[in-house]
Amino acid sequence: MANKPEKKIIVVGGGLSGLMATLKICEDGGKVDLFSYCPVKRSHSLCAQGGMNACMDTKGEHDSIYEHFDDTVYGGDFLADQLAVKGMVEAAPKLVHMFDRMGVPFTRTPEGVLDLRNFGGQKNKRTVFAGSTTGQQLLYALDEQVRRWEVKGGVKKYEFWEFIKIIKNKDGVCRGIVAQNMNSNEIQAFPADVVILATGGPGQVYGRCTASTICNGSAVSAVYQQGAEIGNPEFLQIHPTAIPGSDKNRLMSEACRGEGGRVWVYRKNPQTGEKERWYFLEDMYPAYGNLVPRDVASRAIYKVVVHMGLGMTNPNRVYLDLSHIPADYLEHKLGGILEMYDDFVGQDPRKVPMEIFPSIHYSMGGIWVDREHHTNIPGLMASGECDYQYHGANRLGANSLLSATYSGTISGPEALRLARSGKLGDALTSEELEAARKECVEEFDKIRNMNGAENAHQMHHELGDIMYKYVSIERDNNGLKQCMKELHALLKRWDNIGVTDHGNWANQEAMFVRQLRNMIIYAMAITKSALQRDESRGAHAKIVLKSDYDSWDAAKQKAFDEKNGKYHFDAETGRAMTDDGNDDLLFFGRDDEKFMRTTVVSFDAANSEPEVTYREFEHSLIKPRLRNYAVAKKE
Amino acid sequence: MAEQKKERQDGPDSAPYTQEFDVDYRPGLNVVAALMEIQKNPVTVDGKKVAPVVWECNCLEKVCGACMMVINGKARQACCSLVDNLEQPIRLQPARTFPVIRDLLIDRSVMFESLKRIQGWVEVDGSWDVKDAPIQNPYTAETAYEISHCMTCGCCMEACPNVGPQSDFIGPSPTVQAYLFNLHPLGKFDAPKRLNALMEKGGITSCGNSQNCVQACPKNIKLTTYLAQLNRDVNKQALKNIFNH
Repeated sequence: MANKPEKKIIVVGGGLSGLMATLKICEDGGKVDLFSYCPVKRSHSLCAQGGMNACMDTKGEHDSIYEHFDDTVYGGDFLADQLAVKGMVEAAPKLVHMFDRMGVPFTRTPEGVLDLRNFGGQKNKRTVFAGSTTGQQLLYALDEQVRRWEVKGGVKKYEFWEFIKIIKNKDGVCRGIVAQNMNSNEIQAFPADVVILATGGPGQVYGRCTASTICNGSAVSAVYQQGAEIGNPEFLQIHPTAIPGSDKNRLMSEACRGEGGRVWVYRKNPQTGEKERWYFLEDMYPAYGNLVPRDVASRAIYKVVVHMGLGMTNPNRVYLDLSHIPADYLEHKLGGILEMYDDFVGQDPRKVPMEIFPSIHYSMGGIWVDREHHTNIPGLMASGECDYQYHGANRLGANSLLSATYSGTISGPEALRLARSGKLGDALTSEELEAARKECVEEFDKIRNMNGAENAHQMHHELGDIMYKYVSIERDNNGLKQCMKELHALLKRWDNIGVTDHGNWANQEAMFVRQLRNMIIYAMAITKSALQRDESRGAHAKIVLKSDYDSWDAAKQKAFDEKNGKYHFDAETGRAMTDDGNDDLLFFGRDDEKFMRTTVVSFDAANSEPEVTYREFEHSLIKPRLRNYAVAKKE
Repeated sequence: MAEQKKERQDGPDSAPYTQEFDVDYRPGLNVVAALMEIQKNPVTVDGKKVAPVVWECNCLEKVCGACMMVINGKARQACCSLVDNLEQPIRLQPARTFPVIRDLLIDRSVMFESLKRIQGWVEVDGSWDVKDAPIQNPYTAETAYEISHCMTCGCCMEACPNVGPQSDFIGPSPTVQAYLFNLHPLGKFDAPKRLNALMEKGGITSCGNSQNCVQACPKNIKLTTYLAQLNRDVNKQALKNIFNH
């Protein structure tokens, strides 16, 4: 290693992916400057509960890596790059062994090997877990290893530093960042050989979601505005089972259903007219039952509650029931999250069914990267939830801890390889660094002195309301067009924000104002992409409107008519609905010919408008077939 | 209405002062949600427009440890402190065992530094694939799981009478982490190093056995049990050190 010149990589974000990349770089002799909003041990990866998928095949089910591969591609509705997914599922068992050696306290069988549990969209037991706090335990293991490298001198941590933007050299290569100390509010420019963003998801764009308050997508939006392309942003996962709250929707793990939990509502039996518990997922999807993938479960809950009116009267909820399972089994397998329900709701889920509702949870989309995790900006890489790779149109539960970790094992070594390749052009001059720093200082000073009438936190609340209203479980083109208008209006109102804190010490308000602008601009990328994608695929479900139908050619209209039998368009909303008395909504089908392509969004600075194009991706290994979880999967 | 009194402080060296706020009550309201409401309209009960209160929070699920503060005199996580269960007016203060940065925001870096001292990691050869990890006794693994819930929130540090300027005790949380790594089949190879580190100044002998920590721990980690166990292990190690020379 002595003959290799020392290279410095900046890693922004200290969740699983950022820490994994950091570790790999250190092990290969590179130096890392690690930036994070918070002590890395408090990163959002720790909120993952249920587990991590890996084909361990220790339950006599003849599980195979191919089966994991196929489940992931099928679950993602054939929008994931298949070679990337293949690499990930092949590495999964090795990553589990690594975590085990690092000391993750995985739950074990009586003979001491790693236990496995069921998870959604997969028929085999394939999910390793540490009780119901798997993310916390995995994050801690990497945090510990990175601390070890901190002592050895490979890593310098910048905790409580917020990333503001990247700095490019005169050839357009990313060679540094500007960041701000969140306590002293000091702004500095930092040079590097390569920059990796591992800044997590954009959940806060929706306000109330299962994400931490720090998951605002601000860094992703910042580099998007500097020219980085975004891939598939319209695919946002809505987790079917969360505890709704005014400050956040708290995740209630899919592991509840993996361990036997059942989802139900009361209804009148259609035949006998008697009141009964309706286990609607088991009824609608006999093959997978309560373990259908998340997009499917969320849509079913939404249908039962919103369209059939079977939720609890007010507010909208369905039951997630564990009370039929022995309490000591629950304690052993799900302890942490049952305690959480008790803490926040004040009821014991071992005794009474939990009341839950779907919530925004995870972004399949993110910064566009190639299979080595390079963005379209040379010198800038991205990994973890902030990139768009691996999950296509819908992520399977317990694949996120895997993709976060795995992507770090790719981006880290690749960053160092690139740094050593000599292809990065000139390092930033001190003038370039200073100019970038000064620009950010001026922008921050301007924000600190904003004296308008709007409150940024109030506007953030409104942003969440807008996005939930128009771009969540069911979307239609009228709503999406309206959403774009409202987002532009919100962006205009941003200029009229007033801050009450004009100081320059731990000024959280001013930093939030900066983040809010980025959130609104990212929300537009989500919305515009959803608007352009005239199909339903995975988490993106679009209702057919009369105006859509009228714009189609005769052949397409005929195909729609034949598929859907008798239907009508609602006079008020123009939505297509069945005539059978249920008024079931009719959706666009999947359109592989036109839309089996990655959405690529670039930012048009002139009018703050996203520009949407489509790009081919690798899908030669598994031929696309229709998803149907009512029956067992056919390959 | 949920009344709240907040002890504020503009910077590390400024004098603390108190401000009062009223927040509209709703079922399930917790202290973080109330602070968020104040952000939307930062006006005190006297009608004075002020800078919004500064504090730290991330996950709001009692996993990240960030939002620890002193609520009605007791160190706890703000996110799971339901207003219904608290006497009003609710009084919020920073955990002054740690340096205050501003308002309720504190600097807990000392806890992460202590994890370096006790060598809070397993000395793996690298993150590459080696072979299957060793089988572990599932009962031992459950103990490890319990301790591994420690979220470095600092409740035990705030509650401990021996943590602070009067003592050099590194505190219950980082000390007990040494026990965690000594349990692991590979981590235990370095147990003597961790035990020797705990013999030094600020180590386990600085624990006064007041037993406040175990009551303060929001994760119900049996801190005193493991401190006692460690004390025994450290003594054994001390004897070994003498006789093996």
